[in-house]
Amino acid sequence: MEQDIKSAHKDRTSQRSIVNDFCMTICTVNGSGSATANTTLLRSLFHMGIPVSGKNIFPSNIKGLPTWFSIRVSKDGYLARVAHDDIIVQMNPNTFEEDLKYNISGGVVFYADHIDMAVDRDDVIVYPMPVKDLINEADVPRNLQDYMQNMVYVGIVSQMLDIDLDVVHKSLLSQFEQKTSVADSNFAVVKLAADWARDNLKKKDVYSVQAMPPLDGYIMADGNMAGALGSIYGGFQFCGWYPITPATSLAESLNNFAPKLRKDPDTGKNNFAIVQAEDELASIGMAVGAGWAGLRSMTSTSGPGVSLMTEYMSLAYFAEVPLVLWDVQRVGPSTGLPTRTCQGDLLLNYYLGHGDTRHIVIIPSSVNECFEFGWKAFDIAEKFQTPVIILSDLDLGMNLWMTKEFQYPDKPIDRGKVLWEEDLENFKTEWGRYRDVDGDGIPYRTIMGNSHEKAAYFARGTGHDEFGNYSEDPDVWRQNLDRIKLKFENSREQLPKPVFHTQEGAKIGLIGMGSTEPAILEARDKLHAKGIATDYMRIRALPTSKEVLEFIKSHERNYVIELNQDGQLQQILTTDYCEEISPLISLAYIDGLPMTANYIIQAVSKKEEI
Amino acid sequence: MSDKKTDTNTIGLTRRDYRGERSTLCPGCGHNTISAQIITACYEMGINPHEIAKFSGIGCSSKSPTYFLSQSFGFNGLHGRMPSMALGAAFANTSMKILGISGDGDTASIGLGQFKHLIRRNLPMVYIVENNGVYGLTKGQFSATAEKGLALKHQGENPFLPIDIAKEALIGNASFVARSFAGDPKQVRELLKAAFSHRGTSVLDIISPCVSFNNRGDTLHSYQWGRQHEAPLHDIAYVPTRRAIILDEFKEGEVKEVTLHDGSLVILKKLEHDYDPTDKWQALKMLEEAEKNRWLLTGLIYVDPDQPTIYDYLDLTDEPLNRMSADRLRPSPETLQQINQSML
Repeated sequence: MEQDIKSAHKDRTSQRSIVNDFCMTICTVNGSGSATANTTLLRSLFHMGIPVSGKNIFPSNIKGLPTWFSIRVSKDGYLARVAHDDIIVQMNPNTFEEDLKYNISGGVVFYADHIDMAVDRDDVIVYPMPVKDLINEADVPRNLQDYMQNMVYVGIVSQMLDIDLDVVHKSLLSQFEQKTSVADSNFAVVKLAADWARDNLKKKDVYSVQAMPPLDGYIMADGNMAGALGSIYGGFQFCGWYPITPATSLAESLNNFAPKLRKDPDTGKNNFAIVQAEDELASIGMAVGAGWAGLRSMTSTSGPGVSLMTEYMSLAYFAEVPLVLWDVQRVGPSTGLPTRTCQGDLLLNYYLGHGDTRHIVIIPSSVNECFEFGWKAFDIAEKFQTPVIILSDLDLGMNLWMTKEFQYPDKPIDRGKVLWEEDLENFKTEWGRYRDVDGDGIPYRTIMGNSHEKAAYFARGTGHDEFGNYSEDPDVWRQNLDRIKLKFENSREQLPKPVFHTQEGAKIGLIGMGSTEPAILEARDKLHAKGIATDYMRIRALPTSKEVLEFIKSHERNYVIELNQDGQLQQILTTDYCEEISPLISLAYIDGLPMTANYIIQAVSKKEEI
Repeated sequence: MSDKKTDTNTIGLTRRDYRGERSTLCPGCGHNTISAQIITACYEMGINPHEIAKFSGIGCSSKSPTYFLSQSFGFNGLHGRMPSMALGAAFANTSMKILGISGDGDTASIGLGQFKHLIRRNLPMVYIVENNGVYGLTKGQFSATAEKGLALKHQGENPFLPIDIAKEALIGNASFVARSFAGDPKQVRELLKAAFSHRGTSVLDIISPCVSFNNRGDTLHSYQWGRQHEAPLHDIAYVPTRRAIILDEFKEGEVKEVTLHDGSLVILKKLEHDYDPTDKWQALKMLEEAEKNRWLLTGLIYVDPDQPTIYDYLDLTDEPLNRMSADRLRPSPETLQQINQSML
């Protein structure tokens, strides 16, 4: 962290003017209603065509503890977190001194002037904000006064950084779903504060923004909402869920969108069901029941919930029940840091269950991919008749990202090998629920309600033969388990393939997954500038496809970059390929915050002795 | 009497069409009697086996769904967690009859939470607890319904008060609570029929003796105790429709009728006490009294035929969701365009 701030200093102190390239952190108290203000600033920058990302670092608390919202503005399109602040907007007396340490030399501090503290640094530019006076002047209703304080900093910061006030108004409209009166009353405070700043503050700092060409084809969305929408366009029919940070908003988005998008046009009735379960033991049980009964079934949770779901996931693997499980990861072990992000559940999910259970895991790295994998996961699950786990995380799931707009599915829904009455009547051979008729390990399934006299079978977690009958026969057991593993092996080439980025002459490979992508992309550019060329492979699914091994073998050294302690992806790749590859170097790191490019640059540089 | 093998029911099926595999439970196990009564009840009611889905948890009782209704789909789930699985599956086709088989180990320990939440949601299903007070498959440990003071071979004496399944169901606002005894097959059968006709969760707590581990005559879950201490609340008869009733059998004032959601009737003939199974307070008092006096109180303890179910508020299409064609599950491209535009 210290290192990060120091290196930022070197880059910046000499510059006279810095346009569209800074990080601003707004420090508030949680529960004060600052989210609307922060998102308004974020959207305004986006509407000006400037690549921007926002990260909410918040406590596991309802009201009164510190929270930070970092907005990174980057003309080069870098969206990863940075560990330093160019600009601080300070509304919270409790973190006043500590937050100042993150401010770089030459940086800026806006602070609410009712905070009775001194800025004891002479290398930063300080702008006091008369928040309470302006609120009094604005004649805001008493019950909205605390909340509207946040609009004061929106106005002052916008004025001082040249954020277009018309755009701010447009963002407020978008924020309040086009409710003009609400947007206008907020904007009145913004405007008042901006006017005050224009008349009373003299610009002393080097930071500003300038409009860029419109970001056509991009939207602002969070990964949980995208996952919910993806599920809806994937034809989800059942979701059993239980509240847990940071997954809650995925199911809540389903609750919000499904009634609008998935009413049956003929009857006006719902063609889906969403049930808030009593716990994760039940939410997964419901999902397994629904998946078995022929519904496109899903559940969403985070690490502690996945732990509780383990036994049913093992049953679903063995009884071959399709379903989709979203794990929006937070920091463990144990309750850990419930409001912070990590990639610590990879091993847990890949091997989830006792015995020789193994699961397909797909890993989105952008909000857009949360949508895409949201619908694709159902096709994969039903094709292979097995659970599919989508591994998202808090950073992706809960933060608002600039992302490519959602693309409508390019393939029709694929329900896999399902036999209804007529199909069974005309079936080519004798049907058994677990018979491998096609030699691909994937049997044909019938579904509850099928009235054909031969359709019914009894699903179970105990040993069973090709017809689902109970069996303890050693050969039957082995053959069945081998067939299930064959399905799993056959899935390798049919899951989302890795994505590659190459640089000429690269001898080293970087391997990553998920939401660390922005940090890796940025780090590669900067490493390249230092003379280190890299190729980058982003893994999007487990089990891995043949390209993964090819990539590893074609580089002298491979670094596996991930946001956890043990190097979990590195372990899985090593386990899979150890006989054919030289050791993979783990660059794993976890402190609860999203990865920075600087961490990667320093870690790789050190290993490469540059 | 005609030849039973060629007899058919109202939908033209024979009793054989309702059978299952041969039971692997111990000879004399109460669970086998219950399986037989499930077969008879479904046969006599003329329910098509493919309209029933069977679910169970883990334990001796949970093995039994393979011993009846081979032509019904079924899923043997996890210990105590059958209710969640049955609930998820039920949404796939809400016209199906859902039948859950559990035991006291399954329902009264890890399963207590899911049991209570199933009841709270009032999912239309028949939920049978084959209750013998003991763990059979693991060879003779106390279950949570074992009475205080029960002595088992390798366990010593049970120091704890039991969990009463019927009482738990009642205070959980169950819409149908019955208790019966595997030694009283006729009552089991009639209660089963009523349960299948009820729209809501029907809880049947059936004392079903374990002949291997808990059948000493002086213990509450034994055949002998049941036969000597069964205290039926009423004589119960299930009548499919009002038209079929022959009320002549009963004298006025001796009979109570309950009309179930599908129009069928439960006729309750008064025995020693006046008993109104729609009075929850009386039901609780009766259970309390029975526990105090160590009676095996049986019969329809409580019923509310009109309590709303989870189906009522989910507002699902009548067409089975699991038969809905794929093209109806994906909203149009235009809707996604609108969503994209709203996210600027």
